[in-house]
Formats: sequence, structure tokens, C-alpha cells
Amino acid sequence: MPRLNNTQELATFRESLLAAQGAAAMRETIISIGMGTCGLAAGAGETYQAIQNELSKHNIQTRIKSVGCIGMCVNEPLVDIQLPGRPRVTYVNVTPARVSRIIAEHIIQGQVVQEWVLGKIPLDW
Amino acid sequence: MEPVTTIETDASSNVIPYYSELPFYRKQIRIALKNCGIIDPKNINEYIARDGYSALSRALTELSPDDVITVMKDSGLRGRGGAGFSTGIKWEFCRRSRATPKFVICNADEGDPGAFMDRSILEGDPHSLIEGMTIAAYAIGAQEGYIYCRAEYPLAIAHIKNAIAQALEYGLLGENILGSNFSFHLYIKEGAGAFVCGEETALMASIEGRRGEPRPRPPFPAVSGLWYKPSNVNNVKSYAMTPQIVSKGAEWFNSIGTQKSPGTAIFALTGNINHTGLIEVPMGIPLREIIFDIGGGIPKGKQFKAVQTGGPLGGCLPASALDTPVDFDSLVEAGATMGSGGMIVVDEDTCMVDFARYFLTFASAESCGKCVPCRIGGQRLLEALTRITEGKGSPQDLEDIAYLSRNMREASLCALGQLTPGPVMAALRFFEEEYNAHIFEKRCPAKVCKGLITYTIIPEKCEGCMVCLRNCSSEAITGSKRMPHVIDIERCSRCGICATVCKFDAVMVE
Repeated sequence: MPRLNNTQELATFRESLLAAQGAAAMRETIISIGMGTCGLAAGAGETYQAIQNELSKHNIQTRIKSVGCIGMCVNEPLVDIQLPGRPRVTYVNVTPARVSRIIAEHIIQGQVVQEWVLGKIPLDW
Repeated sequence: MEPVTTIETDASSNVIPYYSELPFYRKQIRIALKNCGIIDPKNINEYIARDGYSALSRALTELSPDDVITVMKDSGLRGRGGAGFSTGIKWEFCRRSRATPKFVICNADEGDPGAFMDRSILEGDPHSLIEGMTIAAYAIGAQEGYIYCRAEYPLAIAHIKNAIAQALEYGLLGENILGSNFSFHLYIKEGAGAFVCGEETALMASIEGRRGEPRPRPPFPAVSGLWYKPSNVNNVKSYAMTPQIVSKGAEWFNSIGTQKSPGTAIFALTGNINHTGLIEVPMGIPLREIIFDIGGGIPKGKQFKAVQTGGPLGGCLPASALDTPVDFDSLVEAGATMGSGGMIVVDEDTCMVDFARYFLTFASAESCGKCVPCRIGGQRLLEALTRITEGKGSPQDLEDIAYLSRNMREASLCALGQLTPGPVMAALRFFEEEYNAHIFEKRCPAKVCKGLITYTIIPEKCEGCMVCLRNCSSEAITGSKRMPHVIDIERCSRCGICATVCKFDAVMVE
């Protein structure tokens, strides 16, 4: 990444990032895992591993990103799934045992696993 | 996040509520926590995409340092570390100091038990802190800054280090930021975790490599701080709010919260509460709404008893104070303090003498020992409180507590000693009858203090199943099968295991 040498370059760079993000959100599935200290203490590390294993088992390509604490520490590990062009949906208490069903139903079949869902993140957040 | 323009809806995702409709989030306004849990904190691009560094860019091109200070003063932002002093005025003092170089320091030495606000920002959105500190440096005229963070926060330190490296690479930190004449270098100082190092003069001594002990103020850091140079110390949350204040303006910030405490307050909700977590609420919201609407109330149908704000140096408030608006002045008026944002809720099973003793044990152990009122006073205070919890308290102890508290408050060198009596004084004020029960009736109403309770087995209820006998840690229970058991109170350690394992409710606590 080259240096940003002035305000205009920063603004242009932001525009390009937004365009790329918008396009990516229409194209790929994004999985976000709460990996702050609260998430890790609740076992988010194992959840991360389980998600990776399950995805490679089904040969699914997604983007996995680790995020910080969104506040609901009591429900960690929290995992968000955003299908292409769909809202970002949060699952609570995602232990490795819950991973395979979430991936099978939500990512493969496109059906949200209602009983483990907390909510969806508004776009203007 | 960039709004995806054509969101398809389907039957299943339509019935899922938005976060903004959930009780936990409905009353929250997220400013400092805007990006936490949303973006990947290790990727600067995600921060930039959400308007990151646009405030810095605006400050450097459109605003003079004095303009920035004016915005901060007009916004009314008060230091979120707990003291509540105007951030803009603090910056102005530092800017007006003639000596150079000047330093910008971030106090990330979050040490309160049960508090994790600063850690969550450092871990979840480190660039907001870097941007806020860089804007502060521009306003004050500093070229160097330090983030003082405790070594117990390894993930926070890793994320902030990574963020600094990325910002340097992008030219958003370091020499000639965004091609301007302004340069700012940021360093991390890992603290060893002494509570007193959260006091700004002790913190600076620690950065200098000296023992973390406070010194008298004045001179204030704005005049003589790190290495005797003008320095500005703010908390993580104050800096993290700065970029949005500069971007959106003082008026916007002023429109949130109360007149004297504008903006939002961040709390780490812990203790006997259903929704443990991290929240950001507009100032002025009543305690009741935080605890019962956002926090979801008390678990297991228990009754709310008290809420401790301001950490081990704050104070507790009883149920009668639940309608207190949460802002700097109202909380002090009610008998507690705002503090840095710890909020510990306790239920009816908590003994308020024991609760105060817990915080006092912490605060007196963390006394640095430099001044006598704090070093000896804290110890004597703890001894008096311990006697009360052991059933050996006398009316003289209450007099001693009042006398010691007054002297510590007036004569201690820094806020640690001055505020150590806080939790005891607040507990005495609101739960005096509980202290009296311990002293005069030798009784612990919450059945917590081991010196004041006995466990007995009710013979009529005991089935003689031998479960308690096998589980007793001190071999204090005797009896044989299908015959009522007996607890030897001399041997009993009051651990309470028998009451927990008994299936017939036959163990009585008095």
C-alpha cells in the first residue's frame, strides 16, 4: 500500500474501498466471529477452528473475519453470517457443536436457524 | 459498512429483529463503540471505509489547532476516565504551555475489577484511538505520544501495535501526516498492572521508568508532565470519541445526553445481571433503564439490592436510587461516582459489609505506600471492616471508620487514597441497618459472613442419604444411613456445600 499523500487521496481510496466492499457483499458470504477477550474466553477460538473445518469439509469458499466485542458478552461466542446481498445475521452461543447445523442450513440451504439467532445488524450501524 | 443497495428479503430473514429493535440495544447510542464488533480491527481498510481518518483529514486541512480546541470545548466532552474535566479546556491549557516538546498520553491502564470498556475499544477499534490521539496532538502541538496499557491486555496491545504499523504505512501517522507539515509518533508503554498507575502522575512516572508513585498536583501535567514537559493525559474513551466530534461537530455531540454531561457513557455491566456486557448509553438515562431494560434485570428471580458504579473507588446505590439519571453530577449527588464505567449489580444474597470489604481489600492492597493516610488508613479501615464481618465489631469500629475515612479523604496524596473510603461510606449511608445487624445483633442478614452464620440439619427433613456427609470438606457431618445427620459447628468451615447438595432442603442457614 502506497502512502496517502493528501486528503484527496484518502477520500479517493475510501471510495474505492466502499465500491469493492459493496461488490464483495453481493458476491461472497462473510462470516464474522467475535474474537475479543470475551469471545475467546467463551471459546471463540475453538468455534473458529470448527467453522474452518466444516467449510473445508463442504468445500465452501467464504471470507472469515475476526471482529471485536459487540457488547453482548453474555452470548459469546457470537458469529455473524452475511450471505451475498443479504443482511448480517448474528448467532449466539456458537459452540463448535452448533457449527455444522448453522453452516448446513444457513449457508448451504439459505435457511436461517431461527432458534439460535439474536438479530440482524442494521446497515447504518 | 457500505449499504448494500439491493437487499433481497426472504421469509426467514424478515422475522429476525434488527439489533436496534432488541431491548439490549434499543436505548443505546454507539459513538465510541461504533465500530466495535462490526469491523475487523486488524484491517485499517475497514476502519477507513467507515469514515475512519476523515476527521483527522478534516482537522489538518480545514481547522487550525485552535479551531479543534474550540470544537472540543463547545462539544462539552468531559473526561471519560472518571474525573469529568472538560477535555477541550485541558487541551487548551496544554496548548498554551510554552515549553516543548509536548506529549499526548492515553491512559489505558484500566484497573477496576469488573471493568473492560477500554480493553474492548483497544481490541475492537484501535484506529479510533490512534486517530483521536493524533487530532489531540495536532491541537496541542505535540509530536510524540504514549499509550499506557497494562501488560495483562495482550490482545489489546497486539491490536494497537498492528494498527500503529498500518497507520504509519498509510502515512496517517508518523512524519508529514497526509502530506502536511504535521508529524506525530506514537509509542506503547506496557504497564505492569499496578492500580495506582491509572493515576496520571504515577502513570507518567512509570513511563519515565521510575516507580509508579503519584506526586502532588499542581503543577498539573499540562504545565509539567512527562519528563517535566507539558503533557495531556486522557482516557481511551475520550480519545475514541474525538474523531466523531470533529467530524460531526460540537452541536451534534451536544444534542446527545444532558446539558452538563453531553454525549454518551460507556459501562461494563457485570455482576448479578442477565445481560452481562458492554453498553453505550446517552448521559442522563436512569439507572433503572440500564439495569432492567438493557441489562434484562436480575437472574433467578432475585431482588435487586445495589449497584456499584465507579469501581473500587466509587460507591453503591440502593433500590431507592434507581431513578437517578446517569451523569457525572447526578451520580455524585446520589452518593456514588461516574468513574471510568464499571457497573456491578448485586442481588439480595449479597452482604453489603462483605461487598465493601471486597473493594477495600483491593484498594488497600493497591496503595503504593507513598503517603501515610492511604498506606496506614486503608489498612486500619480494612481491619475494622473485617472485625465487623467476623462478628467481632463494636460501635467504636463505626466511629473509627468515620474518622479514618474523613482523614484519608482530606489528607491522601492522590485520588486512590482519597476515594478508598468511598465504597464503605456509601454502604454505610444506604445500608446502615445491615452494619448494625452485624455489630449489635451479631447477625449477617444476607447470610454471607462466615463468622456470623451456622449450618444445621433439620432432623425432620433429613432422609439420611449421606450425600452431605460425603461432600463435606471439613468432615464435620456425622450420621448413618437413613438416620438424621448432625453438623459439628466447631469443625464446620461454613463452605455451604451441604446446603447445595442436599436434595431435601434439610440444611438450614442462620
